[in-house]
Amino acid sequence: MSPVTAVESKRTPLMLGRDLARGRVGFLVSGLCLLFLMPALLTDFRLDLLAKFVCFAIIAIGVDIAWGYGGMLVLGQGVFFGLGGYAMAMHLKLAEAKELGQDVPDFMSWSGVEKLPAIWGPFQYGWVAIIATVLVPMVVAFLLGSLVFRRRVRGAYFAILTQALAAAFVILLIGQQGLTGGTNGLTNITSFFGMDLTDPGSTTTLYTMAVIALGVAYLLARQLVHSRYGRLLIAVRDGEDRVRFLGYDPATVKTIAFTFSAGLAGLAGALFVPIVGIISPAMLGIVPSIEMVIWVALGGRATLVGAVAGALVVNYAKSGLSEQFPGAWTYFQGALFILVIAFIPAGVAGGIRAWRKRMAEAATERQERAAAASGYGETRFE
Amino acid sequence: MTTFFSQFVAGISIGSLLLLIALGLTFTFGQMNVINMAHGEFIAAGAYTTYVLQTSVFAASATGLAFVVSLPVAFLVAGLLGLILERTLIHRLYGRSLDTLLVTWGVSLLLQQLYRDLFGAPNVQVKAPSWLEGGFDIGSVTISYARLFIYGLVILSLLAVWIFTSKTVHGTRMRAVVQNRGLAEASGIASAPVDRTTFFIGSGLAGIAGVGITLLGSIGPTLGTSYIIDAFLVVVCGGLGQLRGAVIAAFVLGLLNSYLELWTDASLAKVILFALIITFLQFRPQGLAVQKTRAFA
Repeated sequence: MSPVTAVESKRTPLMLGRDLARGRVGFLVSGLCLLFLMPALLTDFRLDLLAKFVCFAIIAIGVDIAWGYGGMLVLGQGVFFGLGGYAMAMHLKLAEAKELGQDVPDFMSWSGVEKLPAIWGPFQYGWVAIIATVLVPMVVAFLLGSLVFRRRVRGAYFAILTQALAAAFVILLIGQQGLTGGTNGLTNITSFFGMDLTDPGSTTTLYTMAVIALGVAYLLARQLVHSRYGRLLIAVRDGEDRVRFLGYDPATVKTIAFTFSAGLAGLAGALFVPIVGIISPAMLGIVPSIEMVIWVALGGRATLVGAVAGALVVNYAKSGLSEQFPGAWTYFQGALFILVIAFIPAGVAGGIRAWRKRMAEAATERQERAAAASGYGETRFE
Repeated sequence: MTTFFSQFVAGISIGSLLLLIALGLTFTFGQMNVINMAHGEFIAAGAYTTYVLQTSVFAASATGLAFVVSLPVAFLVAGLLGLILERTLIHRLYGRSLDTLLVTWGVSLLLQQLYRDLFGAPNVQVKAPSWLEGGFDIGSVTISYARLFIYGLVILSLLAVWIFTSKTVHGTRMRAVVQNRGLAEASGIASAPVDRTTFFIGSGLAGIAGVGITLLGSIGPTLGTSYIIDAFLVVVCGGLGQLRGAVIAAFVLGLLNSYLELWTDASLAKVILFALIITFLQFRPQGLAVQKTRAFA
């Protein structure tokens, strides 16, 4: 107990009163802005785009917990996003088939599958699908995490393994055409629990759902990183062996964070499907997975606000630039990776935080000096 | 039996190419803790070198000569690319292993787009020399001369690497730095030039692998991405900076891949392979060959 309490008491000056209050005000203002201002300002097309980016921001929070706070570079977050997305899409496709009076979803009959595969069975029930969108990714992450972290497979090894997982997952999805829709994925999702997705009014509803989910995810993550567990997670990132010598089990700490991040990615996938109307292997392979890391890197690893802002900004830039100059975007993205990681590793939010801290220190120093000069301060022997 | 044997031939040739690619990775990883994601694009650089030599430098009648010349040229081109990368970016990032992975991923994106702009997005075909066409039969299985050439190429490269690391002064320095950088520096070895050489040679080997790959099919801007992950898995299973571990891991993975595709289908094979690797790491988390060292990991 004692090592953590010691760390905790040390952090209080940083997060005291004013900062905390400012954080709450900022959260409320940006939340209200997203909830009410944006739907009024943006066209349906733009709002739809923003809703998609809000889902990405939820993934970014998860990546930030695992990588920014826990030091586990996850290059396969797309897998968990995909598991959530596919679980949701499977239910929506089944519901659609049922409405049309067919035994199996349309794409299955195209590839000659007449009987519903066993794995699809439970997804007939909406509540099973909703639970599965979060639970399945968490179970997969928990199994993988407890297997590898317990054997102290870490750092680059872990990163490579998650990337290999993403590669294998995509190959599996593409290969099992009759079960997963292959390269096309699950397409033409037109209704969501009775809501007609072709109706323009649905955009605002889905968008509002995504923003609320983002808010909940943010608060959960904030609670997590500011708890005793959060301090432990950061300690594991900065000195895993030291934490072990203090009597904690780093494997458990890491597995929890990894599982949590997978759950967030699954949630994002479930929200993404009705918004975009499709989920396909191209959205969750190696390249999309590593893009998820760059959102967090640009915004600022180990800052939650940075992760959210990074996801929104990078994706806006991407949709803007890649529409106009398709080739240039790849160059831009490559340059972004290089510049951000090599030259501003703390990201934009991290940079701002460091600058603010420096300013605060300079201010205290000035005050002390002024106090000393006027003779009222305590005498210091240095 | 026939399929069993032909899968064996295919598995060995995948394994030997993986080995050539993984060698560079395992040296840079083992010695400098650098995860070079742009290594795959060095493979493509080697392959495109062959293409350029054939189409623009040599006459159409001299495809065979162009192919042979492209081997040393590809080594130099890919090696120089590696050297430039090390000098401009990576030497700033020593000690930040995971960050090198992300930065070199950015480099790999840049290079892929560069290839797309230079050579076009569609795949291009390199003509195999006429003396590599055809093959010979063992029983009912045909082994093509092209595959045989790849085996030979890999064995020769391996031999050269082995001689370099174990018989030359430079190789001795290199092994010293891999085993214990601090102690090597304290003994008067300047580690920076050793790092540069390792990077040059490791990248150059990727270039040679690229030339070999042109014999197996057409080449495109994203050629490297299909090999790089498997090559990294070889590094993970083989153990860091270890020639012996890499050799065993490369062939085991190559053969497993080939047989799993035969027994199940290609899409399940990758998943089973992944599960096998996770299981293997339960028993040997450091990989096959572990360097015994007193240095802090």
